[in-house]
Amino acid sequence: MTLARRRRLVERVMFALSVGCMATALSVLFFLLGYITYQGISSLSLSFFTNLPAPVGEAGGGMANALLGSLKLLIAAACLGIPVGFLGGVYLAEYGGGKLGFLVRYAADVLNGVPSIVIGITVYALVVRPIGHFSTLAGGVALGLMIIPVALRSTEEFLRLVPASLREAAIALGAPRWVVIVRVVIPAGMRGIATGLVLALARVAGETAPLLFTAFNNRYWSEGWTQPTASLPVMIFTYAIAPYQDWHDQAWAAGLVLLALVLGANLIARFVLRRGGPIQGRA
Amino acid sequence: MTRRRWWLAGLFVLTVGGLGRGAMLINGAGATFPYPLYSKWFDEFHKKQSDVQINYQSIGSGGGIRQLLEGTVDFGASDAPMTDEQLASAKVPVLHLPTVLGAVVPTYNLASVKTLRLGPETLAGIFLAKITRWDDAAIARDNPGVTLPSEPIVPVHRSDGSGTTYIFTDYLTKVSPEWQKSVGRGPSVNWPVGLGGKGNEGVTGLIQQTPNAIGYVELIYALQNKLAMADIRNRAGEYVKPTIESVTAAAASAAANMPADFRVSITDPAGKDAYPIASFTWLLVPTRIADAGKGGAIKSFLGWMLTDGQMHASPLHYAPLPSSVVAMEQAALAKITVGGS
Amino acid sequence: MEVVRAPRLRIPVPSRVVAPVPSSTPVRGAGVAVSSAARLRRRIGDFGFRATALGFALSVFVITGLIALSLVRTSWRSVVTFGWSFLWTSTWDPVFEHFGALPFIYGTLMSSAIALLFAVPIGVGAAICLAELLPQRLADPLTFLVELLVAVPSVIYGLVGVFVLVPVVRTLGNAAQPLIGFLPIFRGPVYGVGLLTAGIVLAVMIVPFVISISREVLLAVPQTQRDAALALGATRWETIQGVVLPFARSGIFGAVFLALARALGETMAVTMVIGNRPEIAASLFAPAYTMPAVLANEFAEATSDVYLAALMEIGLVLFCITVIINGVARLLVMNVQRNTAGAAE
Repeated sequence: MTLARRRRLVERVMFALSVGCMATALSVLFFLLGYITYQGISSLSLSFFTNLPAPVGEAGGGMANALLGSLKLLIAAACLGIPVGFLGGVYLAEYGGGKLGFLVRYAADVLNGVPSIVIGITVYALVVRPIGHFSTLAGGVALGLMIIPVALRSTEEFLRLVPASLREAAIALGAPRWVVIVRVVIPAGMRGIATGLVLALARVAGETAPLLFTAFNNRYWSEGWTQPTASLPVMIFTYAIAPYQDWHDQAWAAGLVLLALVLGANLIARFVLRRGGPIQGRA
Repeated sequence: MTRRRWWLAGLFVLTVGGLGRGAMLINGAGATFPYPLYSKWFDEFHKKQSDVQINYQSIGSGGGIRQLLEGTVDFGASDAPMTDEQLASAKVPVLHLPTVLGAVVPTYNLASVKTLRLGPETLAGIFLAKITRWDDAAIARDNPGVTLPSEPIVPVHRSDGSGTTYIFTDYLTKVSPEWQKSVGRGPSVNWPVGLGGKGNEGVTGLIQQTPNAIGYVELIYALQNKLAMADIRNRAGEYVKPTIESVTAAAASAAANMPADFRVSITDPAGKDAYPIASFTWLLVPTRIADAGKGGAIKSFLGWMLTDGQMHASPLHYAPLPSSVVAMEQAALAKITVGGS
Repeated sequence: MEVVRAPRLRIPVPSRVVAPVPSSTPVRGAGVAVSSAARLRRRIGDFGFRATALGFALSVFVITGLIALSLVRTSWRSVVTFGWSFLWTSTWDPVFEHFGALPFIYGTLMSSAIALLFAVPIGVGAAICLAELLPQRLADPLTFLVELLVAVPSVIYGLVGVFVLVPVVRTLGNAAQPLIGFLPIFRGPVYGVGLLTAGIVLAVMIVPFVISISREVLLAVPQTQRDAALALGATRWETIQGVVLPFARSGIFGAVFLALARALGETMAVTMVIGNRPEIAASLFAPAYTMPAVLANEFAEATSDVYLAALMEIGLVLFCITVIINGVARLLVMNVQRNTAGAAE
């Protein structure tokens, strides 16, 4: 075989392999989504979205309180995680370099790698025990801690993508440095940052372990921010390990709803990003 | 975002946060064993007293004890009574109140064997890895005339700490000196052999899926999932199936000699029809409840539970309490003081 | 590339300089006189902003430190009772209170290694396909779908693993045993649950990270590099292999370590399919146990002090492993960056 032909053959083989890899990944994905949809769709009904959980053997139970609970938890998590991650990322992008930046980035990576159960246990010791009971706030803190590293990294990356010319133009017009950052750089990178933040929220929306010892769970509506609250992932977990087929069906339905919500959030985030802004990568 | 949008967002947050009824919320945590019954009870009680919401979460017996001791819940529930050290460490003395009786059943997956009988030493031997094949002589002795497959046994146990494990190992400790020496009793033990499933559901799943498996689950899981249950030989020499009657029989002798603090183990009981692996399950209630509203509601619930509540037990395959025990408990309720004094 | 549209500039104009002045006060950069009060205002603003941002950035460090401290404090009793032998003891006996973490360390590292073994080749291969081969119109929605997997809750992965993967592994394993059973890593009974199954479930969970980040990194390789290689007569594959991949190496490392971090900490899905047996066996079909799994399983029920402390010490060990692996990753990245520093745009 001539060298040229061999090289072309190698190229075709390797490309076929990479297409094979992608096909594998995609087929697993589609299988997963299909399985969850198949299992969940039959249990979805209006009562799922409007009713409270019913005891065993009674039909018509739903997860309305879990839906609201997940929403409240995400709001609380956003209030903690987004400011810390966002402003930390701003610091790293605009002023960070050198040892301090290295330390903060390293700490964020480590925080990202801490298993969610350990975060839950730590927040239990630091928040729940002093207060004296489980609460939505504690659950929000635990989820917020998980958002911080992701928010930090995506803020830093998208701010770095803002072209230097924009900064220089603002400085040339006489703006102080903080004004340059707040009024020019951040708005420029905002769409990408917003995407990253939405994705971070979407990811923690599905976390169970940090909530087990912080937000606990609640059979009823949870009032305010200091009572325990139900949430979709915890309900999925509770129902999945119960002996009743009816509850298993509800667990699948809840999984499907969670997936659909995250899909929706992703779509919105992508749509917002595509709408345009000064920053557009090849992606 | 414009200032008005921030405003609206803040309003939204406050509204969302404030949603809820005005009812009083009482939090409890503990055993998964009686969870189906408890969820029924708390719901029925809520229908009677709609301003009381009792939120019970089944995080496990040990979890219930711990949360009660740390004061993060108003009451606990456990399949295993608290130890003396745990009781000593409680800020307020804790009352154990038995609620129902339940059974832990060995279940197995053998396509060719319809009924399996096991003696106590055989059961211990399987989980000690002394008996490793289904056609072992000991199993054959328990099952005369039955063809047993020549397959290796796959024991299955709980990977998470649990009251179910406590009850099962409590029984094995009583019937097998070797088990007592090398493994002991507890919500988690160092199993000599076997796969670990998470929760009763995990064990059920493993047994259903793994041929030649044997494990232990609560009765309700075996019934709901139509698992084959083994008959166990009790102290009187009879092979007994787990039913409401046999479980009630197991409590009979204990009921006669119930200690004042209600902490008693009824595994391996005397009695011809008694099921050997049965247990009370307890609600753990502090004897001094500062919040008068909550305390009143809890006492009211307990009173209801001992009378009307017991009627919900049998349909869900739990055995109701013997009447002598109910009478003792009703007297014990007076020990719970409510309010500031 | 679109025309970059600069956002509206809203530069605050100080209204008090020396005496009441009209709003058109000149605060406009070099060459024009700026009053000292305005300069002071500017300095305060700069300082304040920088301090605030610094504070929040430091808080990340503080939070991580707090978690570490909390772990050390709650595990101290076990640390002093067992010392270093905790790391190489294999017993886990809650009744007689002998605790050792070795089986869990083994299970965690092995299951993550298996996961990487599957996920990295498939992930990088898929990323190459998505970045280099497919047109962007097709690749974008596909990547988006792949990223959706990230949001599937761990419990659901576990359930699908239990209902789908475990029977498959059991059937295929039993069928293949006569052929490959002589190898130590395939010896022993095939239960369906076990180290291999857990590794596969983890691989499925981490492959979206690898694909997504690797794709971004590959797309960021400058076109000039590719053009140069092609101009020299390389085939497209040789370009990827010889130019693009080396350029993207550090980014792909980053993706791999991010995926590894997730695999190490994964709890629910793993505990449902790994068999939960604290034993070290050579076979991939044997049941095993990981650190997050034992923590999740036994934390709620652990009521004795030493037991609880031993569990927290497992959490501490896991934390330390995370710190070490991240440190190694950072070093690798810095090394690679230094070596490829010459390959600037």
